[in-house]
Amino acid sequence: MPINIIVCAKQVMDPETPVSAFKVDREAKRVVPATGIPPVVNGFDENAVEAALRLKEKAGGGKITILSLGKSFVNDVIKKPLAMGGDELVLLQEDAFEGLDAFTTVQALVAAIKKIGQYDLILCGRQASDYDQAHVPHGIGEMLGLPVISMAANLEVKDGAIHVERKLPDGYEVLEAPMPAVVSVSNELTPVRLPNLRGIMAASRKQPTVWKAADVGLEASALRSGLELLDLFIPVSEKVCEFIDGENDEDKGRKLALRLREAKLI
Amino acid sequence: MAQGILAIGELNEDSSLASVTGEVLAVARKLAGATGAQVSLVLLGKNASQRTKEAIALGADKVWVSEAEVLHENQIEAHLAALAQVCKAADPQVIVAGKSLFGRDLAPRLAFRLRVPLMQDCIDVNTDPATKRVVAVRPVYGGNANARVASPVDPQFVCVRPKIFEALPPNPSRRGEVVQAPVSVDASVVKVKRVRRVKEEATGVKLEDARVVVSVGRGIGGPENLPPFQDLAKALGAALGASRPVCDAGWLDHSFQVGLTGKTIAPEIYLTWAISGASQHLAGCSAAKNIVAVNRDPNANIFKEAKYGVVGDWKKVLPSFTATVKELVGS
Ligand SMILES: Cc1cc2nc3c(=O)[nH]c(=O)nc-3n(C[C@H](O)[C@H](O)[C@H](O)COP(=O)(O)OP(=O)(O)OC[C@H]3O[C@@H](n4cnc5c(N)ncnc54)[C@H](O)[C@@H]3O)c2cc1C
Repeated sequence: MPINIIVCAKQVMDPETPVSAFKVDREAKRVVPATGIPPVVNGFDENAVEAALRLKEKAGGGKITILSLGKSFVNDVIKKPLAMGGDELVLLQEDAFEGLDAFTTVQALVAAIKKIGQYDLILCGRQASDYDQAHVPHGIGEMLGLPVISMAANLEVKDGAIHVERKLPDGYEVLEAPMPAVVSVSNELTPVRLPNLRGIMAASRKQPTVWKAADVGLEASALRSGLELLDLFIPVSEKVCEFIDGENDEDKGRKLALRLREAKLI
Repeated sequence: MAQGILAIGELNEDSSLASVTGEVLAVARKLAGATGAQVSLVLLGKNASQRTKEAIALGADKVWVSEAEVLHENQIEAHLAALAQVCKAADPQVIVAGKSLFGRDLAPRLAFRLRVPLMQDCIDVNTDPATKRVVAVRPVYGGNANARVASPVDPQFVCVRPKIFEALPPNPSRRGEVVQAPVSVDASVVKVKRVRRVKEEATGVKLEDARVVVSVGRGIGGPENLPPFQDLAKALGAALGASRPVCDAGWLDHSFQVGLTGKTIAPEIYLTWAISGASQHLAGCSAAKNIVAVNRDPNANIFKEAKYGVVGDWKKVLPSFTATVKELVGS
């Protein structure tokens, strides 16, 4: 049975941006992208794309639609899920999407998902590495009235239901939900394939479908974040590190142990 | 008109009060202190009514309980349906939940079900003295920045990061009221079913509860270098932890991962070896009382959070450190 999957994927600032290059414009209440470091597809969303590809391969067919919302996109970046093997890319693009919070992002994604129409599964990454809210998948499920399973380490379709393995602190569990369902995917679902040359060529020939807010029945000027952002700032640590010195590294190791003993820590 | 604060409690599998319950009550009391609001707690599940005394001692003025059978397992759809009903009856101005394993799925869904925005994963929560509204601080960009947020609509819904707020010391003489929660949940709301639950016997000290944690990063080079760290952990009676690349590479299982997307821990001593201290890692260990860092890069970010540091090659620091520890601990 072919399977139709929508994967929500977000373009984000590279989360591996060194701490020293991380800047905030406090006035504008936004993060200033570091120069020379291109954005990336949110890492967990790549895990979700990988999950979709495996399910489609197993099913022997179907369609994977990548859905991304944002103000602007870097073509080579946002096409990566296509290069990995995704079939179609839908970009929900509008200036007003800049800085929109999860509450309103969900409304827009849901409107687009309804327009896409046919799906057995909606996959998301477990969280986005910029706002780290981990609630877009939950919101999509609630707004569409679908079951939600988070943090998938593995997925399998069995008798028309989705089976999801999730890690627990003391083991794991397998949950089952009827389809359609929303599943968020975790980094335990690895390895994530790298795009091969054929995939990259195929992706470069594909044109994304671009929808504006109005195309999914939303009024751009009415889009507001649910939460008020009062301030955005880089936290300062007041901690001062006591460096243990010594003649050489061996000596430092010994002295560290003695210092910890002195401080009654060991 | 909406009023009061509703905290969402949680029961463990054995019906004991989950630690996050004390934490959300402490947050609720802190917010109530500024406005004099009543603090209610909702407690759903098997033997919930046996935990009400404890909840009142921890700060609840009122406890809504339900022991309906459908709520016995922490099945999310059943709890969501019940909580939505309690929220309707209680009509709170503020809801406080905790981002526990259960809460991290529950809180966002409840917020969307109530059609209000959620202040997720908060590490500080206050009342604005002028507006009397909740102002919360939440880390964003993996902890590289903090956002201060407020919700313009009631109920203002906050979900707090676990192990950041301390439960209040129990006061057995506190008084409170216990009421039956007006819950009627049909079993048909349950769509997600558990097929299997496998417990893996943890060997050694549990990472979440350990007083001492020895944690290793990508800089240890490979799984072949783990034994001396395991040896040190054993000598200290410590649990072993790791950064994400160590787990992603399969040197250790993901259950060892500390951080934003791993475990949140608060040990007395957190001994890191060849971990750079990315904000996403620190997010899981910033509540540690003493961070000790060994790293060969003097500018490594970990030193900004560490109390004690050694700039050096772990391969040379570790043997003498372990040997000295063994002498000290043995004596
Ligand atoms: C959304 C998101 C979530 C994440 N969640 C987590 C999480 O939960 N937990 C987590 O840990 N990370 C997480 N990360 C990854 C995080 O950003 C960092 O990439 C990661 O923490 C780095 O791990 P590390 O310090 O081991 O490796 P590196 O950053 O590569 O650091 C290795 C360190 O080892 C030192 N070193 C190398 N050789 C030696 C030697 N011989 N002696 C002494 N020191 C040496 C180096 O100086 C360096 O500082 C997340 C990232 C994202 C985007």
